[in-house]
Amino acid sequence: MSTDIRDLYQQVIVDHSKRPRNFRPLEGANRKVEGFNPLCGDKITIYLKIENGVVADISFEGSGCAISTASASLLTESLKGKSLANAEAVFEDFHRLLTGLDPAGEGPKLGKLAVFSGVCDYPTRVKCATLPWHTLHAALTGDGGKVSTE
Amino acid sequence: MSAGAETAAGLDVWRIREDFPALRQTVHGHPLVYLDNAATSQKPRAVLDAIMRFYERDCANVHRGVHQLSERSTAAYEGARETARQFLNAAAPAEIVFTRGATESINLVAQTYGRANLRAGDEILISGLEHHSNIVPWQLLAAEKGAILRVAPIDDRGEIVLEEYRKLLGPRTRIVALAQVSNALGTINPVKEMIAQAHAAGAVALIDGAQAAPHMPVDVRDLDCDFYAFSGHKVFGPTGIGVLYGKASLLDAMPPWQGGGDMIRSVTFERTTFNDPPYKFEAGTPHIAGAIGLAAAIDYVTAIGLDRVAAWEHELLVYGTEALERVPGLRLIGTARRKAAVLSFVLEGVHPHDVATILDQQGIAIRAGHHCAQPVMERFGLTATSRASLAFYNTHGEIDALVEGLGKVREIFE
Repeated sequence: MSTDIRDLYQQVIVDHSKRPRNFRPLEGANRKVEGFNPLCGDKITIYLKIENGVVADISFEGSGCAISTASASLLTESLKGKSLANAEAVFEDFHRLLTGLDPAGEGPKLGKLAVFSGVCDYPTRVKCATLPWHTLHAALTGDGGKVSTE
Repeated sequence: MSAGAETAAGLDVWRIREDFPALRQTVHGHPLVYLDNAATSQKPRAVLDAIMRFYERDCANVHRGVHQLSERSTAAYEGARETARQFLNAAAPAEIVFTRGATESINLVAQTYGRANLRAGDEILISGLEHHSNIVPWQLLAAEKGAILRVAPIDDRGEIVLEEYRKLLGPRTRIVALAQVSNALGTINPVKEMIAQAHAAGAVALIDGAQAAPHMPVDVRDLDCDFYAFSGHKVFGPTGIGVLYGKASLLDAMPPWQGGGDMIRSVTFERTTFNDPPYKFEAGTPHIAGAIGLAAAIDYVTAIGLDRVAAWEHELLVYGTEALERVPGLRLIGTARRKAAVLSFVLEGVHPHDVATILDQQGIAIRAGHHCAQPVMERFGLTATSRASLAFYNTHGEIDALVEGLGKVREIFE
């Protein structure tokens, strides 16, 4: 059966892909991690300024498809001002959404990120949406460096 | 588009399509429009039948048994070699080595001819439009030998700059390796002339024919190439089988590559003597069913006629080029004067992967990405393109479907 392509490319996603928010290098960032999908060439760099366990500021740069760009853009919007523990909880809700464990997009921390609920119907595109999040995860937990989807 | 118009090149495309079971399906509720032939082609019933017949009736190892089935499978396997010889117009079946595909064919040459003949400071010359499979084996060889990899640049149309190519040929050039047709751009290179120039410089010439063999007649003796590589699965045959053509004098002098059964004449723990080509390069049980399937595919396309295939695909290319040029915001990448039916493009403001996903939802299969030719993408300042690549079973109507599908892409992203 044909699923409606608009379930994937919702207006919010198209909007964020065309006009990504927080799309710039970040002055005074104290964490920076690059993410890369070698299969499609998507590249992303996430900058974080973390102060007292809170995401004081966040931005990104890179090139990718609409799904990965919108995902990164919405990621920065949803995490700005959140505590690291809270950011981790958002990551977990998003991961559940994309792996089909939360088909209705009811994760308490999702908010606007629920627009990505259509992605799990497109298995080849799940990595596009998760790349920024895995990159973020590495920035929060690791010591920086590079993240690859493969 | 009437059925009559589809036969302008003397090719009954509707009749032909019936030979391909995979073309008769719907994808996401739409009839499949398969435009990813440069990645792999669909298989005619004759190929599937030949493989099935081998496994149902003739399955035995080759060159070994004295029993009936082994005789049959050996005859079929060696018959496939003869079919491949005729397909390329090679002088002798011993010049046809079965491999896993074009990639393995190129690696074989790099690892045998290359390792035996290259010294530090020697040069390998390729072009800027090569597939990774005609870059990386030479990089590995160059790194091992201290040799230098040189690259003839391409221009904005995607054509090799022949003047630069000539300048790069020098007294240290030992190997020239060129695609006959670019997979990412469709450029048809003037390889006959380039091979003659390579020979004049004292180099041997390998031609990567992966994208040429399915679309035009190939004559290795007319080209005078030293090596020619192609993949079975792109010429409507099975995956996992391919051909390396090599001139007999070169194959004779080359050391073996992989060791094992079938490639030897006698083995003791002190000393092994090797079999003659092509067996010297076919260690272990070969892909017998693959070779038989490939021969069936060659018979199939030869019966249609590669001249007619080329004419039909050219007609589709001209039609498709004009149709895509009318799509607002679309830019064709690769506009060589001599082109195979490859339509690589970018759509302003839309990433190729989004183009491909939205087209897929309409049953249209194209490729999006770097096409294993990242240096080509870099040359055009891109990370990816969308690519529609045609075969003789494609129709004008399918190009119309592509154009219509791109309208839907634009609608979503407007």
